[in-house]
Amino acid sequence: MTAPAKTAPVWGLILAGGSSSRMKRDKAALQYRGRTQLDRAFELAGRHVSRVFVSVRASQADDPSRANRPLIIDSVTGEGPIVGIRSALAAHPQVAWLVLACDLPFLSDAALAHLLAERDASAFATAYRSAHDGLPEPLCAVWEPKAAVALAEYQAAGGHCPRKFLMRHAARILEPLDTQALDNVNTPEEYAKALGLLDSRSQASAVQLKIQYYALMREQAGRSEEVIETSAPTPADLYSELKARYGFTLSRDQLKVAVNSEFSPWSRKLSAGDAVVFIPPVAGG
Amino acid sequence: MRFRFTQSAIDTERARRELLDLGAGGYVSFEGWVRDHNEGHEVTRLEYEAFEELAMKEGERILAEASKRFPIKHALCIHRVGDLALADMAVWVGVSSAHRAEAFDACRFIIDEVKHRVPIWKKEHYRNGDSGWVNCERCAAAPLHAHEHEDAVAHEHAVSPLPD
Repeated sequence: MTAPAKTAPVWGLILAGGSSSRMKRDKAALQYRGRTQLDRAFELAGRHVSRVFVSVRASQADDPSRANRPLIIDSVTGEGPIVGIRSALAAHPQVAWLVLACDLPFLSDAALAHLLAERDASAFATAYRSAHDGLPEPLCAVWEPKAAVALAEYQAAGGHCPRKFLMRHAARILEPLDTQALDNVNTPEEYAKALGLLDSRSQASAVQLKIQYYALMREQAGRSEEVIETSAPTPADLYSELKARYGFTLSRDQLKVAVNSEFSPWSRKLSAGDAVVFIPPVAGG
Repeated sequence: MRFRFTQSAIDTERARRELLDLGAGGYVSFEGWVRDHNEGHEVTRLEYEAFEELAMKEGERILAEASKRFPIKHALCIHRVGDLALADMAVWVGVSSAHRAEAFDACRFIIDEVKHRVPIWKKEHYRNGDSGWVNCERCAAAPLHAHEHEDAVAHEHAVSPLPD
């Protein structure tokens, strides 16, 4: 077996170029808990990859809600999200793209961490299977550099649907951890429903935790403590989420974990206000 | 507390006095010192860091276990944190007991358990400019630093390609 080629770095691409025709207003500007969908998606991606861009049509480049972000302006012709994906692959040919639709209000850190951890760089893309129709979801996926040529050929042959592209080309398809994580919001009715669900969910499952970092973990996280909002149910899930965010080099089996200043099993159920410390191999004396 | 941390030099005389007991016929202590080498690296200084809240609990548990396992009078452990220079004392363990054998045994037990169980971390700084958290990342920092030629050759675990 030859040494694998160096795996491309992953950057984020938030798709915000859609015409929002069913919503009848700009979807990127819809707000949840006081922040626009675009801001939420941008910040979510930014917790998992080093650079994030917003994909826009040329006519949107000066739009104030988009212009303050790094942009990738459509550089190929055609319709639909495939144009945005191809434009990003063309702009930075050595980069793989975490492509996110901006209208996924339920998308979580855990879902992105899992997607990135399970990424198969030898496939054209790594994507979740939709919990609704069983088909791959192309707009919460990692698209690899090698997809650029195949997407161009697919589009040249009259194709325009990235979902169909994923069904016909080698893609890694993951089962969703959370069947609702990829629900998107296309109509005013869906938006109203999502607002209600997010409210009840934030009370039900997302909790604030205090995380303290020591030694190697502190250096790799770049901070000694933080308060985060997470739906990770256990310290094990929380470590996966934070490992994806900060690139911790230690695997979970090298660590112990403490909750509220006492050693804890990894499967303990986390509660609001818990203080969590990941304990790398100790070296006193 | 019988297990505690200090930011400054450990006062062993004062610590020893805490172990005095009319029923004790002997006292054993252990001092851990910062030495100038570890696993082939020339060490220039150390940093110790602890998750003190949990470390004190775990340290107290170790001392309680020692008192249960061995018929001793008193036991005490003090660990230094912060920046330490070569020859500084990093840890001190003292045990008093009626007879010497159990003081030796308990002292050995305590330092061994402390090293394995208490959330304390040690960062070594090396002569060649590298540093690393012991047991976590031997040489992981090597590629980040420009090496002096002779240091790179001497660096047994160099990750970056050695110069010709």
